[in-house]
Formats: sequence, C-alpha cells, structure tokens
Amino acid sequence: MKKKLCVLMLFAFVMAFGLTGCKKADSSNGEVVVYNWGEYIDPETLELFEKETGIKVIYDEFETNETMYPKVEAGATVYDVICPSDYTIRKMIENDLLQELNFDHIPNAKNIGKQYYDSAMEFDPGNLYAVPYCWGTVGILYNKTMVDEPVDSWTILWDPKYKDNILMQDSVRDAFMVALKTKGYSMNTLDLDELNEAKNYLLEQKDLVQAYVVDQVRDKMIGNEAALGVIYSGEAIYTQRENPDLEYVIPKEGTNVWIDAWVIPKNAKNVENAEKFIDFMCRPDIALMNFDYITYSTPNDAARDLIEDEEIRNSTIAFPDLSQYENLETYTYLGQEGDELYNELWKEVKSE
Amino acid sequence: MNSLQRNKKLLGTPYFIWCAFFIIIPLGMVFYYGLTDRNGSLTFENIAAITQPEHIKGLFLALGLSFLSTIICILLSYPLAMILSAMKVSTKSFVVFIFILPMWMNFLLRTMAWQTLLEKTGVINSVLTFLNLPVLKIINTPSAIVLGMVYNFLPFMVLPLYNCISKIDENVINAARDLGANSIKVFTRIILPLSVPGIISGITMVFIPALTTFVISKLLGGSKILLIGNIIEEEFTQASNWNLGSGLSIVLMIFIIISIIITNIFDKGGESNFL
Amino acid sequence: MFLIAVFLYAPIITLIVLSFNKSKTRAKWGGFTLKWYGELFNNDAIMGALFNTLLIALIASVVSTLIGTIACISIMNLRKKTRSLVMGVTNIPMLNAEIVTGISLMLLFISFNFRFGLGTILLSHITFCIPYVILSVMPRMQQLDPHTYEAALDLGATPVYGYIKVVLPEIMPGVASGFLMAFTMSIDDFIITHFTKGAGVDTLSTKIYTEVKKGIKPEMYALSTIIFLTVLVLLLLVNYKPVDKPKTAAPKQAA
Repeated sequence: MKKKLCVLMLFAFVMAFGLTGCKKADSSNGEVVVYNWGEYIDPETLELFEKETGIKVIYDEFETNETMYPKVEAGATVYDVICPSDYTIRKMIENDLLQELNFDHIPNAKNIGKQYYDSAMEFDPGNLYAVPYCWGTVGILYNKTMVDEPVDSWTILWDPKYKDNILMQDSVRDAFMVALKTKGYSMNTLDLDELNEAKNYLLEQKDLVQAYVVDQVRDKMIGNEAALGVIYSGEAIYTQRENPDLEYVIPKEGTNVWIDAWVIPKNAKNVENAEKFIDFMCRPDIALMNFDYITYSTPNDAARDLIEDEEIRNSTIAFPDLSQYENLETYTYLGQEGDELYNELWKEVKSE
Repeated sequence: MNSLQRNKKLLGTPYFIWCAFFIIIPLGMVFYYGLTDRNGSLTFENIAAITQPEHIKGLFLALGLSFLSTIICILLSYPLAMILSAMKVSTKSFVVFIFILPMWMNFLLRTMAWQTLLEKTGVINSVLTFLNLPVLKIINTPSAIVLGMVYNFLPFMVLPLYNCISKIDENVINAARDLGANSIKVFTRIILPLSVPGIISGITMVFIPALTTFVISKLLGGSKILLIGNIIEEEFTQASNWNLGSGLSIVLMIFIIISIIITNIFDKGGESNFL
Repeated sequence: MFLIAVFLYAPIITLIVLSFNKSKTRAKWGGFTLKWYGELFNNDAIMGALFNTLLIALIASVVSTLIGTIACISIMNLRKKTRSLVMGVTNIPMLNAEIVTGISLMLLFISFNFRFGLGTILLSHITFCIPYVILSVMPRMQQLDPHTYEAALDLGATPVYGYIKVVLPEIMPGVASGFLMAFTMSIDDFIITHFTKGAGVDTLSTKIYTEVKKGIKPEMYALSTIIFLTVLVLLLLVNYKPVDKPKTAAPKQAA
C-alpha cells in the first residue's frame, strides 16, 4: 500500500510539474478579468491581445445568463468585462450593476453596424452601456432526410409524426418563446392567461420531445439523433459544415432576435484595460477571427466585409435580412416577479 | 495520564475549529436562507414549498429511483464481493483496483459516454440493428437514470461489502459446516448477518448521492425528468431564488437524516438477529 | 463478473475510442487520428486545468490526511457523548447532498469576503476530504490495542515517539487508504468546485462541464485516455512487482 502510494504521488508530481511547467511570465501592464460564454471566443485572439497590450487576460466562462448574474451580483469575483445577453443587460442596468462606457476610449466600436445599435436601444436606451459582440436568431434546425415536408412554422414541433425526434431548448425564455410565438402572443408577455395557454401547449408537446437540451442540440443533430431541433442561428453554420443534410429556418410566426454585448460592471477594478479589451474585440480582423471560430453572426460590418468566402458573407443564415420577417422581438427584462412566474410555469412543464 | 489525555484532546483542536468554520457555519447559513424570504424576514414558506406538486413529485421520483438503484447495486455487488473475497490474495488487490480504476476517468465524461452508447443511433443500438435485434429505447427515460446511478455508485457498494466479507473468519464458516449447516444456511445465518455493516455503509454511500444527484438526471434524462436535486440546482443557478433553494435543501437533509435513522435501526435489528 | 466488467468499462472504452476520432463531434466517426494528442499539449486551458486539479488534489489530500489523522487521536480520547457529537458533525459533508455542501460553502465565502480562486477551492476540498480520512483511520484506531502503546510509554518512550513508533505503523493502512480516497475524491469532484471556484481557475471537472454544454473537445478525451492508461500501468506494475522479482527495474523506469 505504501509503495502504491509513493508511486501515485510521484505520478501526480510528474504530471503536475512536468507537463505544465511552462507558465507564462506575469505581464507588467496589469490584468483584465473577462467573463464570457463558454466556447464563445477564439483563444488565439486572447493571446494576441496579451501580446499587443501586455495586459494579462484572466478568462472565465459561464453557461447561462442566469448562472452568471448571481455571481456578479454577489461580487464573489470582481469582473472587468462581461458579455451578457440583452434582457440580462437590462436587468443589470436596472439593478445598477453596470457603468456607462466611455466610447472615446473604444474607437473601434464604430465598426459595429448602426442597425445593431438600434436594436440594442431596446435594452440599453441611448447605447450607454453595451457594445454588441454577437447576435442571432432562434430557429428550427431540421434534417432534410428525415423531414420531407417544407418547414416554415413552429407548429411542426407539435406534429406527432416526429415523436421522439424533437429537441427543445432547455431554458425558460426560449421554450416559452416558441410556444407563445406559435400562439401569436408576444414572447415578453406577462398576461397570465396567455402564459397558461403556452404552458399547456408545452405540456402537450412534452410527450413528443426527445430531450430538453441547450447546446447539445448541435451534437445530437449532427449525429442524426433527431429530426428537428430548436437552435441558435450561430450553431447552424457549424452543424451544416459537419452534416450537410441539416437546414436552418426562421419560422414564419416570428422569433427572438438576441444580442450579446460587452459591458463593464460598476465594481470593475481595471476599467482602462476593460475598455482596451472591448476595443480590441471590435477590431475587424479580430472580430473576423472570432466569427470564423465560433460561427455566430458578428454585428461588426467591417469584419463582415473581410470575409473571403462569398457564400458565407452573403449567407442568409449568418446574416439574415431581418426586414423580411415579421414578429421579431428581443427579450425584455420581466422584473423579478415576472421571472419567478416564468420559472414556476417552466418547472411545472418539466416535472410533469 | 490525565494531562496526557487532555493533550491528546487538544490535538483535535485544529479539526474542531475547521469543523465549526467550514461545516457548522455554512450549514447555519443554509438554514438562515431557507427560513427567510428575500427581504430577510422569517418565513416557513420555503420549507412548505415542498408540498407544491412539482417539488413533491421531484422528491418522490428521486427517492424511488435512488432506492431502486441501491437495490440493484446490492444485488450486483453481493455475489461480486463474495467472488472477490474467495480469490487468491495476489490477484485480490488487483481486482479491487479494477473497481477504483474507472473513478480516475472523470465522472462527467463517463456519464457522457453512456449517452454515446445509449443514443438512438448510439453504439449499442447500432450493434443491435446489425444483429437484427430490436433497438433499445432507454435514453431520456428513468431507466437510463437508474443505469447511470448504478454505474457511478456501484464501486461504493462493492468495496465496503468486500471489506466486510473478506474479514469474516474462515473458521466460523467451517465450524458452521462441521455442525451440519448447508450452504444456504451458512449464507443466511453467518455471512449475511456478518456483512450487515458493509451493506449499511454501502447503502449510505449509494443511496444518498443517488438521491441528491442532478448531473446524472440531466445528462441521461434529457432534462425531461426533474429530480429534487435538479430542482434545487435550478433554483440556485437558473432562477437565482436562493431562499427557496435553501428551503428545499433543508427538506432534502431531513429526508437524508430519516434514511440514515432507518438504516441504523435495520443495522441494530441485524445484530440482534445474529445474536 | 465478466458482464459487470463490461458494464464498468464500456464507457471508458468509448471515451478512448473517441480520443482517436478525427471528427470534432462525438456523434460522428471521422476516421482514425492521433492529432488530438498533439494538440492536447498545446492547449493551455486544458493543461492549466490539469495542473490545478492535481495541485488541489495533492495539497487537499495531504492537509486533510494530516488534520484527519491527528483529529482521530483526539476523538478517540473524548467522552462518549462528545465523541458521537463530533462524529456526527464529521459525517455531515459526506452525507449531505454535495450541492448543499457546495452552496453552503459559497455562502460562507461570500459573507466573509473571501476572494474566490484556488484558495477557496482548496478550503472546500479539504473540508469534504477530512471525513473520508477520519472514516478510514477510525476503524484502525479502534482495533488498536491500547496496551502496546502503554507498554511503550512504560519502557520510557515519549508520547510522540510512542505514537510514531507504535501507533502510526498500525494505523498506516487506514491513513494510506484515507489519503488515496481523499485524492481520488478531490480529483473527481465537480459540484463543490463548481460553486466555490473563482474567475479563470478551472479544474478538469469544471472545464469539462462547460464543455459538455458546447460539445466536448477531443483533446479532453485524449487527456482522459492518457491519465487512465498511466494509472492502469502504474497499478499493474505495483501489483505485479512482488510476484515476479526479476523485473524490479521496471517500476523505476516508469517513475
């Protein structure tokens, strides 16, 4: 037993110090603490940033807005730059967690198209707090070999033909968005009758649903696990690359247009570095690198012009012309009671 | 000797301080959150919330599935532990390590791998279709969750059982045989009663983690099945309603304590039976 | 027996196979490749997580073995009531839902203004490792014949010397398995780390969890395969060494 122990310890030491002995030297220009979605950046851009500015990036990832929020609110870790979505930015503004940006220090922010700033007004009136980083829609990804009828409506997700072949989003707002839109209501409704109707509609669907997942839709659709899945537009390009049978549509009943944007929290310690970081991310070449890596639509017009592959530059999936769709909306912050109401109803759906 | 004894007691001081700071105080905070509302005033609402249909369902489902997994674990482990303890000493330690070895593969990855195996177009079903057998449809059902629980917690049942059974004195068994007991009698009258402590610790090490898991049900249940662990996790991470989450945690703790008391009663019953 | 072995190892074989998969997603087989093994060593994020995991596991298991073993000596000498109280408290982190332990520690760290990071993970890991040490040392301690120790004292040994020379060798197997248990638990822990980690500090588990949602990178499979095979080889060597003596050179080479 003793010998085993020695060997194991030795092994641990060797693994710990042998393999990772090459730690980067500390930079002199301070640090910037970034909190972003998982797999939502090209790691090379971070290295470039460190090299060019001498600022050390401490990078942390979150899975959903809801997991991120309490961490920032509690102040357990002090972040300098965060990348939340629209309705969460609204919530953070209302709860006084963000500081206004000094756009003079972020000259590259002008590369972001005006239309995106206009949409951002919905959650950030006056464009004071946020610089858009990625945007997109939510739609249906379907497998052409398994679905033979044209897909243009959310109602296909209620078609018993596709029992056990449907993947729904495992997040309150997205799930309710699908149901509410299908019923013709606003996805930001607080009307109890409309919400109950949506809840019952989701319950009706539950039997047909194979699983409620978040980003696993991607893997499962590539692996021909399901015929239809609700997915973020950014994943569509990636999945098509891996499985050409897949097709993405924005249903005619309308959908959610979302924007994830960089913000600086009020308690940030390295505001200047944070500004430099945001500015760097808005540089066309960097935005392009990120677009290539994560395949989520970039609001950076200058970067879009740099895309060499014409097919992608003009792709209606990556850059849909939103004017041809009706009933597009952006999530708004529903207030604490609204949030609780949605959560309660969603729990009822899932536990049934 | 007395002063020595006191000195020995003092040796534990760092641990006691540690306990107080990192076990008692945090637990107190859970109780604080569980018994207050968002504004900080005292309420029992968060505890009473367990009676809401979706919560009570999650709790009973979790109790049922973990109970089932525990039973399956016992049924699988018992013969295994007996075979192991009957083996030669040199191969024995190796075989025991066979059970610990999988634990070195990250538990999330192992559970993910089951997804790959069980999926509709997964490995197992591909083999089955190839052999013209009907496909297995258990992913995203309670059975998949039970399978995941049994898989992850089986070693925790095998090892204590094995420890216990291998300690049984050969002479006792031989004596019983000499006195005319047949194999069944030897098993029910000697091996079983003597292995009760192993079963008990096995049950606690399987039942409680199974009862409180949220990862297994999330990965293998397709989030279609909410266990109490999932509900608590979502209260904290998604809904950020810490008070409700803490309240439900307190209820969960109560159930854990109850299950420990029950197993302990069973333990005592087993002992007296043996005597 | 064979079936159970298959049951235990099927997922592991799957993971090993996936580490050779050319395609980036686990859903598709894209042909055989070794490139993930090469990329693994260039992936700073994974390497950093590995370093953290091992560092935390090592420190946590050493510290908890020390505190736990010493605490055992003292617990043995407590009055019966106090002893069962202490053991009850000891059991809490083991019996409590991990999620509750994790959250309660998070609440503690927040209210005492700890800076979340490696330190908070370490403190939590030590907290949940100590009970495992105590539980594996305690039985040995109880089996101990107190007379041996008293005899040592009568023969003029100082209490400390007596402990090191008489008690320690007796309880060593318990201490060792406690240490090993703590080490394994710490490496495998996800839930508690999840709630107590800070920005930019990832262990393998938390790294994997963020990846589960986005699709696990094949480098991760490669790393698990390497770890698994290393442990396997080590165990094989350790276990077979006493059997065939001529090969004693082998473990040295491996080390």
